[in-house]
Amino acid sequence: MTAALYTIAILALSFSLLKSKEKTVLALKKAWKSFENILPQFLSILIIIGLLLAVLTPEQISKLLGRESGWYGVLIAAAIGSITLVPGFIAFPLAAALLKSGAGYMQIAAFISALMMVGIVTIPVEMEYFGKKAAAVRNTAAFVFSLVIALVMGVVM
Amino acid sequence: MKVKRYRVFILLVALNIAIFLFSPTVGAKSLQLTWKNLLEMASILPPVFILLGLLDVWVKRETMVKYMGDGSGITGVLLAFFLGSAAAGPLYAAFPVAGVLLKKGSKLSNVFIMLGAWSTTKIPLILFEASSLGLKFMLVRLAMDLIGIVVIAYLTQRMLSKEEIESIYQNASGR
Repeated sequence: MTAALYTIAILALSFSLLKSKEKTVLALKKAWKSFENILPQFLSILIIIGLLLAVLTPEQISKLLGRESGWYGVLIAAAIGSITLVPGFIAFPLAAALLKSGAGYMQIAAFISALMMVGIVTIPVEMEYFGKKAAAVRNTAAFVFSLVIALVMGVVM
Repeated sequence: MKVKRYRVFILLVALNIAIFLFSPTVGAKSLQLTWKNLLEMASILPPVFILLGLLDVWVKRETMVKYMGDGSGITGVLLAFFLGSAAAGPLYAAFPVAGVLLKKGSKLSNVFIMLGAWSTTKIPLILFEASSLGLKFMLVRLAMDLIGIVVIAYLTQRMLSKEEIESIYQNASGR
């Protein structure tokens, strides 16, 4: 996936360079400026994620999300999903392992959905672009939505 | 590069060092995780920002307005879904992309749809979900997500006043 992204970027850059050198230089300048603009927040997020994941281990998560945990477990799952930021290629095997070790489908659905759509850790960056209110509304709606997904999963699975 | 902007970051580094002194296992693990994530970020972000810079320079505002702006209708919605689903990288990398889309005059709800798609309907992620949690689990969630993303996008736009939306666009154009 990363390789594809680099290929596209390099192709686009070469094409741009063929068309206009000035515009390409301008594009790179803009790229650097917008990167440097958001870099402090990115770096802070990385450290917060590291700290959170060091404290909240998979074993601890699986303890909280047992099959018998019911709606309480769903809420905890959505809350854990909201504050953590785990890449998908780690989250799905983790979710599969949690299912095997006794977590319910509802809890897992709430965890996965909140993990992807709600970002408490990234909210400072989101507010930087969309303002406080939009970030709050979007994240609250996404949190409620992950509970709805859990409910549907409980019925369907 | 102003040091003041890095104040929070520096504080967090100090906190991490303090934790390391207090509990070496947790501190070391967190540093290790941060390093791994930093490498991931460093590998994903350069092409994302280069593409953003090129988009900013080459795509005319009128073009973006036509395809993703207020009157773009279903085309804009589909394009937003496609942009988000075809993207790579963590959600925080989507915000600068959102910034450029806004700057070029994309409709706010379409930008939120792009964000929603970026967070949940990325194609490699969906395939991976099916293989770890089963096809049925993935399909049910995908069907729900497609509806949820659109609902959340329109809801968020509806909840904002004209002035608030205006200031989001103004903020984006100043970048």
